[in-house]
Amino acid sequence: MPMTITEKILAAHAGRETVSPGELIQVEVDLALANDITAPSAIGVFYDLGAPEVFDREKIALVPDHFVPNKDIASAQQVKVSREFAQRHRIKHFFELGETGIEHVILPEKGLVSPGDLVIGADSHTCTYGALGAFSKGVGSTDLGAILATGKTWLKVPATIKLVYEGRLPHWVGGKDLILYTLGLIGVAGAVYCSLEFTGEVIERLPMPQRFTMANMAVEAGAKNGIFEPDEITKAYMEGRSDRPGDFLRSDPEASYDQEIRIMVDDMEPQVALPHSPDHVRPISELDSVPLDQVFLGSCTNGRLEDLREAAGLLEGQEVAKGTRFIVIPGSQSIYKEAIKEGIIETFLDAGAVIGPPCCGPCLGGHMGVLAEGERALSTSNRNFVGRMGHPKSEVYLAGPAVAAASAIMGRIASPEEL
Amino acid sequence: MPPFFEGAQGGSIKEFPKDLLDPGCLEGNKGMKIEGRVWKFGDHVDTDLIIPARYLNVSEGHELAKYCFADVRPDLVKEVQVGDIAVAGVNFGCGSSREQAPLALKAAGIGAVIAKSFARIFYRNAFNIGLPILESEEAPEQIKEGDRVSLDFSTGAIVVISGDKHFLARPIPDFMRAILRAGGLVKYLKKSQSAAGDLPAL
Repeated sequence: MPMTITEKILAAHAGRETVSPGELIQVEVDLALANDITAPSAIGVFYDLGAPEVFDREKIALVPDHFVPNKDIASAQQVKVSREFAQRHRIKHFFELGETGIEHVILPEKGLVSPGDLVIGADSHTCTYGALGAFSKGVGSTDLGAILATGKTWLKVPATIKLVYEGRLPHWVGGKDLILYTLGLIGVAGAVYCSLEFTGEVIERLPMPQRFTMANMAVEAGAKNGIFEPDEITKAYMEGRSDRPGDFLRSDPEASYDQEIRIMVDDMEPQVALPHSPDHVRPISELDSVPLDQVFLGSCTNGRLEDLREAAGLLEGQEVAKGTRFIVIPGSQSIYKEAIKEGIIETFLDAGAVIGPPCCGPCLGGHMGVLAEGERALSTSNRNFVGRMGHPKSEVYLAGPAVAAASAIMGRIASPEEL
Repeated sequence: MPPFFEGAQGGSIKEFPKDLLDPGCLEGNKGMKIEGRVWKFGDHVDTDLIIPARYLNVSEGHELAKYCFADVRPDLVKEVQVGDIAVAGVNFGCGSSREQAPLALKAAGIGAVIAKSFARIFYRNAFNIGLPILESEEAPEQIKEGDRVSLDFSTGAIVVISGDKHFLARPIPDFMRAILRAGGLVKYLKKSQSAAGDLPAL
């Protein structure tokens, strides 16, 4: 029976020849992930289940990244729970401050996910690893706690929506614009309970970091997972990161899809999501002048080296506008280090940006750039819900790194074309 | 059973009725019913609204409950009565996977959520922690803020007491019913885990 790549990965992990949408299956998990705000409850469930040991100490990743460096006593206590659990059960992949970063940036970076893997994480943006041709999805802490004990979970096989991107990407338009445009098209409930498969000639040429950006925001359409067929670009990315080559699966040509949506990119402009929903998307030319109090470059969506590099290219010799704060947070320790080597950090500093330590930062309104009442920010992150980055009466616009850099210079939402 | 929630703004300690805390009661002999006042919401209620991320530095339900809908409906935690029912449109619980969202609702006193549809992760989390949820396309259209509504989980019947309206919720998948019957995922696993450590067969 012809299958999609998602169905093939699920079948392989359920020990079956085939699976079809709607079926409930039990699967083996290759990697289980939790962060500082989801791990404590998951660990509580693990102890509650009375399991003597974790299912595999090498297949669990614990990444404190949301409220680190610990923002207050309560946050410190939560990280301590994860740290002590990691020590007690000799969890191989516990990432302490100084070797860490954002979970969805460092797991691929350190080669912990290979094509064909099945990854379950107690974080909704776990869907990021679909960029590598893995099946990955977010769950809550109780599900994750059960996985820590058993290494297995159950799930419903999703129907797949195929997205076909055709044409040639204009200058300054990239993965973030593609996914924002797609969200504007299908809406925040456009893929509930479904898998999103990103395909087409545009995708075949799309560099790895931009694939991560797109897969990352699949959940913003309500999708269970977002996935790319692994190819030569994937292979090149994996080189030297992992000794597990992975399973380079592809969808069968006759595989059945719930929907197929074709998107022409030739005339696409940089896209911006307006408050207060990631699907409230407009091409940048349709926006009136929107003055900004803050610009944030970072997060699991756009905190990678290439994102920083693109923004720095625009900021070279420029200054951040008076009255606008520009916060840059590299996604990992090694991205930070490389950005220093390349002079990217110096460019940001010279322009008047502030650099934060690798973590989630202000994306979820916890710390390092929380917004006051009535303030307006442009962010390269993934969500702009009411109160997401601070005061319930603040506003968040979402865009890619190039628009972020141009906007920081202009002090209002601006296209890089304007520079 | 620990005292579940001390009202954020001077309410008395609210004990959750034991039979409501244990979703096992939703099946079987008792034909579990609840009745409560309706708190009405729109479409796409995200988990950042249900419990803003800045309060996620704790994991305990009674602490989280103080901030349930803090930004958009601060009156809810002050006035909610145990067993009240939240009624919403499509895609309830979208966004972050935080299990603290259904936990905060439950600990604040919300006895059940009826929505046209739920976001995938929220749906699963609610069952796992024992917050009863029902899907119905029609009920949220016709139920109004402040209505008194009764729910019968054994049949899926939704009744607006004041207006004498009846609806039938979408059936819950069998496997999810099994988790509910057991009293949530932890109890389900404890009850049925084999010696080999396998999950029970689906």
